Amino acid sequence: MQLTIILGRRLFYAAALIAAVVVLNFLLIRLAPGDPALTIAGEMGGATEEIIEDIRRTYGLDEPLHHQLLVYMKRMLSGDLGDSLFFNTPVMDLILARLGPTVLLVMTAMTLAVTLGSFLGVLAARNPEGLFSNLITVLSLVGYSAPVFWTGIMLLIVFSAMIPLFPLSGMYDVRLGATGLALAVDVLHHLILPAFTLGIIFLAQYSRISRASMLDVLGADYVRTARAKGLSERVVLYKHALRNAVLPVVTLAGLQFGSMLSGAVLVETVYNWPGLGQLAFESILRRDHPTILGILFFASGMVVVANLLTDLTYRIIDPRIRTGRS
Amino acid sequence: MSAPLLELSDVEVEFRTRDGIARVLNRVGFSLSSGSTLGIVGESGCGKSMTALTIMRLVPQPPGRIAGGIIRLDGENLLTATEARMREIRGNEVSMVFQEPMTSLNPVFSVGNQIAETVRLHQGLSKREALDRAVEMLAAVGIPVPERRIAEYPHQLSGGMRQRVMIAIGLACGPRLLIADEPTTALDVTVQAQIFDLLIDLKERTGTSIILITHDMGAIAEMAERVVVMYAGRIVEEGPVEVILGDPLHPYTRGLINCVPHLEERPSPERRPLTEIAGMVPALTALGRGCAFAPRCNHATALCREQAPPLEGGDEHRVACWLHER
Repeated sequence: MQLTIILGRRLFYAAALIAAVVVLNFLLIRLAPGDPALTIAGEMGGATEEIIEDIRRTYGLDEPLHHQLLVYMKRMLSGDLGDSLFFNTPVMDLILARLGPTVLLVMTAMTLAVTLGSFLGVLAARNPEGLFSNLITVLSLVGYSAPVFWTGIMLLIVFSAMIPLFPLSGMYDVRLGATGLALAVDVLHHLILPAFTLGIIFLAQYSRISRASMLDVLGADYVRTARAKGLSERVVLYKHALRNAVLPVVTLAGLQFGSMLSGAVLVETVYNWPGLGQLAFESILRRDHPTILGILFFASGMVVVANLLTDLTYRIIDPRIRTGRS
Repeated sequence: MSAPLLELSDVEVEFRTRDGIARVLNRVGFSLSSGSTLGIVGESGCGKSMTALTIMRLVPQPPGRIAGGIIRLDGENLLTATEARMREIRGNEVSMVFQEPMTSLNPVFSVGNQIAETVRLHQGLSKREALDRAVEMLAAVGIPVPERRIAEYPHQLSGGMRQRVMIAIGLACGPRLLIADEPTTALDVTVQAQIFDLLIDLKERTGTSIILITHDMGAIAEMAERVVVMYAGRIVEEGPVEVILGDPLHPYTRGLINCVPHLEERPSPERRPLTEIAGMVPALTALGRGCAFAPRCNHATALCREQAPPLEGGDEHRVACWLHER
């Protein structure tokens, strides 16, 4: 019962937050240089003054800004995000077609970063002054400092061009026309490099955080208690210590979901991955305002959902949050 | 006298520190007969807790190192036992209750699980049986409504309750020896009395031997049969509780007893002043050849500063002091 109240409150805040983001995005994009009417006219192949006026009227661009905003939000409630200025198709359809690949990429990269990062962090914490620990520190620093597009291009050069282990770009090979399991394998093959590229920046942070957090926890009294019970080192580390040490990692993962999405814009562009990021990048270049707004709306929705999930995960892991003081 | 349950002889533990090697235990030897209670007293940093950790073989290595000696539990040398054998002993044959009940329990597991874990590990009970045992143990340590408490988490319990849970964990497998390392230091006075009563009661019912580490002379008077006084990693005096409290020989033991504040029923303007032992415990890396207590001792002679006195006397009462050299 208590959970439903908390969940209800969270959902209400989430909705309010998304609405605020939509308003802000709408206003911001109008501040950016470039007249959408000119863009549309440009797509049509040049135009006279009258035609541009005509376009303004058709698209409601001559109305006052707040009126345009109200119309936009009203349509949004019925799931209409407007039409793309470039593709002339509903933005909603465009986004839904691209959402899957992005979610697949981001979730894979995130899982990779969190699990591998925590694992490396724990290993490093077992012998904090050792060679392995220092190696992880250096690799983390390099992974974190290197720009994601550079890492992407380097990985492409090495593992696609020089050693042709992985495909150069795209999500699957159209020439194969594979279906079912074969398609899944093909997608996985295409997914490895982009997911690794996106994951490696975050991997660095997770391994550092979990190393620090694990070192902290290993000095705790309850770890000594666990050892005094006669538990094996493995159980002490992975059950008693890790469960406590993973809390900061979960927090970080939730907070970073947004940065991961923005990282996806670059990675998708480098690897020609047919996701939202690539669409966003291209739409910005084309000044395709309705598409950009739609993508921003979806992205903020995903970040809000990610934070909601983080909260719930936290409640599962840490009973102090679940039960409160009684 | 029956064969001793636990026998330490010439146990030496060293710690590598920035300032050199610190000998935290120096030729420590004593024995404990089955079913009896031994008190270990001394100031902070004199090696009481380190003695306990050494018996459990939980000295952090590195920086610590058990440099020599023999610890026999029922004739078996614990210092040469394998790590696997030690894990069988810890929590099962020898268990330990720590000083800090607030932090010695793992915050993310329910207290029932933390008790059940030990009995499942050592006695191979099923989960259901282990939880039943946890309920029994909570009832035995005087926690009301135990069947409801097992589902609670440490943060939902008071300090006294948590220490009862720690004792329940310690006794869950029916150990032959329970080491209580300052079990009441962090608790309120009234709760301290309850915990001591509980320990006395449990000892009578189960026949477990107890090593009680404390600086509470009152607790020693109430519980211990024999007392070991430690200073700077050495045993300076050892004997039956009546002798140690009633007729102490070592100036340090006398000092400790004089430090106990007296409760005056009718406080008058000229109250008895609080006494203290002047000076501080010396740094263990800077011990000279002489008696470690000499710099603080009113009776120190040239001999005391030159040469450390041996621990001598009969089986009943031993003291390491040149004043009592016979």
